[in-house]
Amino acid sequence: MTSELGELYQEVILEHSKAPRNFRRPVSANHEAEGYNPLCGDRCTVYIDMDGDAIKEIGFQGAGCAISRASASMMTQMVKGKTKAEAVKLFEQFHNLVTGKDEAAEAADLGKMAVFGGVSKFPARVKCATLAWHTLQSALEDEKKQEPVSTE
Amino acid sequence: MSTAIHQTGFGSAALDIERIQRDFPILDQTIHGKKLVYLDSAATSQKPRAVIDAIVRYYEHDNANIHRGVHTLSVRATEAHDEARETVRRFIQAADANEIIFVRGATEAINLVAQTYGRANVGAGDEVLITAMEHHSNIVPWQILCEEKSAHLRVVPINDAGELELDAFEKLLSPRTRIVAAAHVSNALGTVNPLRKIIQLAHAHDVPVLVDGAQAIPHLPVDVQALGCDFYVFSGHKVYGPTGIGVLYGKEEILAEMPPYQGGGDMISSVTFEKTTYNVVPYKFEAGTPDIAGAIGLGAALEYVSKIGMDRIAAHEHDLLVYATEKVGALPGVRLIGTAKERAGVLSFVMEGVHPHDLGTILDREGIAIRTGHHCAQPVMDRFGIPATARASFAVYNTRQDVDALVEGMRKAHEVFA
Repeated sequence: MTSELGELYQEVILEHSKAPRNFRRPVSANHEAEGYNPLCGDRCTVYIDMDGDAIKEIGFQGAGCAISRASASMMTQMVKGKTKAEAVKLFEQFHNLVTGKDEAAEAADLGKMAVFGGVSKFPARVKCATLAWHTLQSALEDEKKQEPVSTE
Repeated sequence: MSTAIHQTGFGSAALDIERIQRDFPILDQTIHGKKLVYLDSAATSQKPRAVIDAIVRYYEHDNANIHRGVHTLSVRATEAHDEARETVRRFIQAADANEIIFVRGATEAINLVAQTYGRANVGAGDEVLITAMEHHSNIVPWQILCEEKSAHLRVVPINDAGELELDAFEKLLSPRTRIVAAAHVSNALGTVNPLRKIIQLAHAHDVPVLVDGAQAIPHLPVDVQALGCDFYVFSGHKVYGPTGIGVLYGKEEILAEMPPYQGGGDMISSVTFEKTTYNVVPYKFEAGTPDIAGAIGLGAALEYVSKIGMDRIAAHEHDLLVYATEKVGALPGVRLIGTAKERAGVLSFVMEGVHPHDLGTILDREGIAIRTGHHCAQPVMDRFGIPATARASFAVYNTRQDVDALVEGMRKAHEVFA
């Protein structure tokens, strides 16, 4: 693999894509949203059990590429237990990371998810990395969305 | 090779592909340090020097508006535009150049027919018949029409190989069917449809047929009179021409009866505030200043491929498709999507454990351009129960070495995700 490819497909990303965590619908879920990337056909549904302002439980389902699956998997681990405001702030930082607006500075908050920094060298793949996050944001806002949220 | 793909009966040995590659300046470059291997011609083909030069020459020497002035440049531009129309006529064997209408592309051509012929002839309870392998551009314009007219869109199913079910087609043809719209070649599966049979069956019910030739025009010799189709549409950019120009062929007697599409200059004979008399075909359907340079570029493209010979191009691409089907199909975990007996131009597949998007990214780093996604044919993806495929498509400038590079790149992708 070339070095840029290696940075994109880091071991932890490949591992999460093959065995995604929280890949289910929690029985207690009271918020959900469906995300869709019309350019590639990838779909992702995020389910949340909101306890007041806190994300008590979270899961996701759907079909997508390695980047989108790994991003969704690691996102669910990261935002579980966080408040809505904290999750939205993390999305902002993650978005800056994958679009190359942020060099490592803010990425500290993102912990393990800093491995997605390699995506910034692949502009065509930014939407893969952010699909789950867009869907999370939508799920946080509404109890149940009628229309899928789109990356476009 | 067990799968028989479209046969032309001509050998391809005579084609000097290295020389043809030199006609395409864009191919002479590296991507991420690797020689560019362009296998995405079904999305858009690259342009030969002859096309680029024709466009530059037009803007540098002849540019003027057509049908407008008596000055020399306007006369030259008009003549060049007329010549391009005649070149298109010859290329698809139409009876008369008036049957060639310049549009932006296949999409606009289908919308034009739906909005003019369709609105005049499809009413409440009537049916429009398409196939399950259509590109969105041959689905949505008919949906819009059917919604407006309270008509019904009927869809002919395809089998697991991606071939049209002709028996079902025959049964779906009803006294309410007003038009049949079908692809000549499927962009997602490569299937070549049995057009003669389709047209023969439809005509037996007095139903006209529109053929979406966007994916056929660069790969197969097309003779609209022999086919007997009522409409044939294609985009210039898929057959080595520029983007923004395409063709609607229609039988003159049908075109003459159709209401106009857009209103404006050039499509009229006379205008007063009380009444406007429309121009004759093809001008009736060409409102406003057209893409003159585009038409000239398309003419140059068709002359370019005619000089090589469509039969030889078809034979060369057939050889590549057979070779690629064998090599790619033999890779572990690869499932070919679209295994029709008659195929042309494209090889669609999915790879176990490797999403098409990831494959596309890894191949790009090897300098290899393929298309990944749903190919604007989501119903086809649904039919095969997949969200997306990877698609390699072939043109006259591709070689067996390009296929070897693809296979090598796929092996690397397999290693990354194994």
